[in-house]
Amino acid sequence: MKGIDNSEIRNFLTAEVLRHGSDRLPAATEKRLAEIRRDRPSVPVIYVSSGSAAVIAGSRKSAAAAQEYISEMGMKAMVVMTGCHGPAVFEPLICIHLPGKNKLIFRNITEDKIETLLNGVFHNDMPEEDLVGQSGSTGFEAWNSIPFIEAIPWFRLQKRVVLGNCGCYDPESIGEYIARGGYRSFLKTIRNYTHEEVCDIVERSGLRGRSGGGFVTGLKWKYALNSASDNRYMICNAKESDPGAYTDRAVLEGDPHRLIEGICIAAYGIGASNAVIYLKTGSALPLALLKKALADAREYGIIGHNIYSSGYNLDIVIRQEAGAFVCGEETALIGSLEGRRGMPELKPPYPTTSGLYGKPTVINNVETLMNVPLIMERGPEWFRTMGTEGSKGTKLFFVGGRGRLTGLIEVEMGTTFRTIVEGIADGVRDARLFKTLQIGGPSGTFMTESDLDLPVDYDALRAKEIAMGSGGLIIIDETTCIVDFVRYYMSFIHKESCGKCIPCREGTGRMLEILENVIRKPITEDSNATLERFKGVMQLETIAAVMKDTSLCGLGQTAPNPFISALNNYREEFEEHIFDRRCRANVCRGLRTFSIDVDKCTGCTVCAAKCPVNAIYGTRLQPYFIVDDKCIGCGICYDVCKFSAVTVR
Amino acid sequence: MSKIEDILTRYRSGSHESLIPILQDVQVEDGYLSEEAVVRIGAFLGMSTTKIYGLATFYDQFRFTPAGRVHLRVCNGTTCFVNGSAPVIATLKETLGVEPGQTTRDGRFSYELTACMGGCNEGPVVCVGETFHTHVRAEDIPEMITKLKVLADLK
Repeated sequence: MKGIDNSEIRNFLTAEVLRHGSDRLPAATEKRLAEIRRDRPSVPVIYVSSGSAAVIAGSRKSAAAAQEYISEMGMKAMVVMTGCHGPAVFEPLICIHLPGKNKLIFRNITEDKIETLLNGVFHNDMPEEDLVGQSGSTGFEAWNSIPFIEAIPWFRLQKRVVLGNCGCYDPESIGEYIARGGYRSFLKTIRNYTHEEVCDIVERSGLRGRSGGGFVTGLKWKYALNSASDNRYMICNAKESDPGAYTDRAVLEGDPHRLIEGICIAAYGIGASNAVIYLKTGSALPLALLKKALADAREYGIIGHNIYSSGYNLDIVIRQEAGAFVCGEETALIGSLEGRRGMPELKPPYPTTSGLYGKPTVINNVETLMNVPLIMERGPEWFRTMGTEGSKGTKLFFVGGRGRLTGLIEVEMGTTFRTIVEGIADGVRDARLFKTLQIGGPSGTFMTESDLDLPVDYDALRAKEIAMGSGGLIIIDETTCIVDFVRYYMSFIHKESCGKCIPCREGTGRMLEILENVIRKPITEDSNATLERFKGVMQLETIAAVMKDTSLCGLGQTAPNPFISALNNYREEFEEHIFDRRCRANVCRGLRTFSIDVDKCTGCTVCAAKCPVNAIYGTRLQPYFIVDDKCIGCGICYDVCKFSAVTVR
Repeated sequence: MSKIEDILTRYRSGSHESLIPILQDVQVEDGYLSEEAVVRIGAFLGMSTTKIYGLATFYDQFRFTPAGRVHLRVCNGTTCFVNGSAPVIATLKETLGVEPGQTTRDGRFSYELTACMGGCNEGPVVCVGETFHTHVRAEDIPEMITKLKVLADLK
């Protein structure tokens, strides 16, 4: 499990690869790099994914077990920890590369399965049920009667560009990254191009900011470069506020060095000599990986003073955010970096003219910057070959919720959402009905069945008033209540509103209150409360419109979006809650009433024992009953009853 | 207090923008921001303590009371919500009798709601220290708390 980095390799990589002036390397150097990349391993290599999702599923224990197996058997083999491949449902995912053969990919290999798996692979007795498939290229021997992973829609329908390195190398090893062509685009950039040329190339590529707004990245850089100042700042926004997505974090965990290279190129492009990575708090693994990656880059001379005798200086620091959703907004982010409350400010001036400490500042998110080294390496024309007319390249999504397969995916711009939901995610799990696709988190919208035919394209979505968001896609089936979901997002936004402007601070609070009234238990309601509830409902749409028009920043302006789109598309569900006091998904606690079927109840006492509020009474071996006044509608009795005696209405 | 002095020496410039990193470091060291710590930081940076509290209370990360001996982190991310985290959180609240961020009176437990932790296909996820409990249901909570009480009493 030890990385390959040592001083001998470092000297080789800096002298023969990084200092080498031209794009083409001598054959002997290439051969050595192929060895470092383990292109044709002479011993079996076991790749274990080690991102957050894998760690939760237990990949560290699996790796330790594999290591133990190898040393016990006295085998010559390697265990390599890599970033996540993407499919979170397959974690812990293990890839085995035997010399001369295609790679084999196995799913859900927990600690206890390691021995069987390795015995099977080394003695040609494949554990079929854990096998995903084989993956390989020319020059390797294919396995008989094992399907290729390209036959699986999850892999076939994706286009891995940004994720190209994720899952292939050890994110802790800078040597492997350089062997895969890393940091050479940055050095080529500072050797051959001026600041203007870099901005120009990125603008010509058509790259647009991936954080949701979709602003042309090269143009943003030009604005900052053309603002007269003695100093400029580059900020990488790795905060990723959406509570339901972790695209940036997964990328960071899988390929931290390419992000650093992207930041280096962007900082050079705008003429900044200071860059900041604004990282989400509470994520220990990405922080540790980034710290190590930055220290290694410094040791290799990639950041620091007079980088590779170019005269260009760059320093990158990591700053952890302190937990405020609104700090994803550019001016609030800058405020928080300057040591103030993270509250948005009026724009203009835009950060590109007056940002951090009043200097021109560019803020880009992780995914945007991940594209930059590839554009510099392969040219803007290559980037323009991917995608649609207005949106070039690829887009990362985190597909979560009730899909059969969930995880991190990358698709070419122009792919339809139907392909993502029905192809890549393989439909809805447990044979449930698809209800809606939520895109863009708490500021996003709900997409109906018919919206699924829209392509992943900034302009096509904007025409339908759907925001691309930062990459969260939640597949929702009939078991989720739309009203409850809107309330969940509203409570999130209400908690995160910074309180500076009244429409957002009061509007979110009022909307949350009204939505909570709608799903409150009717039994405790007097006539005055009913009146208040109806008065509130009538005002919901007005409040939403006012918030959209008058809030100061994007947080408040987009806060009513989930509500507005839910009301437009699922009005009948709202009306059911309001008039019939019924929740069709049986989710809203207040609107559920439980009763026990006297014919089915055996008096086993399980429900009474589990009831958190002691609302179930009865005598042992006689039918029990529920006291409605005490019941909080939690549904535990319904879930624990083995005789289906508890009914919900 | 000597630990705070160690932290402060790392920020010798004493500029206001180092306030958040200092608070973060102190919280990592002590687990919370005590009144003495805030007063000391205020004296170091030349800021009034009200200003510091004004800033610290704005951000979710900072807490002003010690965490419980067992601290639970409950995922409140969207996917966990869709998979049924709301009843889990409600049951936890009823079982412990405190709000998120607070500590139970006996000092055993505290809990917080976090954004997605990355275990989306395993949700709802509850994290205790380094251990992840996956596919947690509301009815598992009382038993989990009973078991954790033993752990809390060992600490």
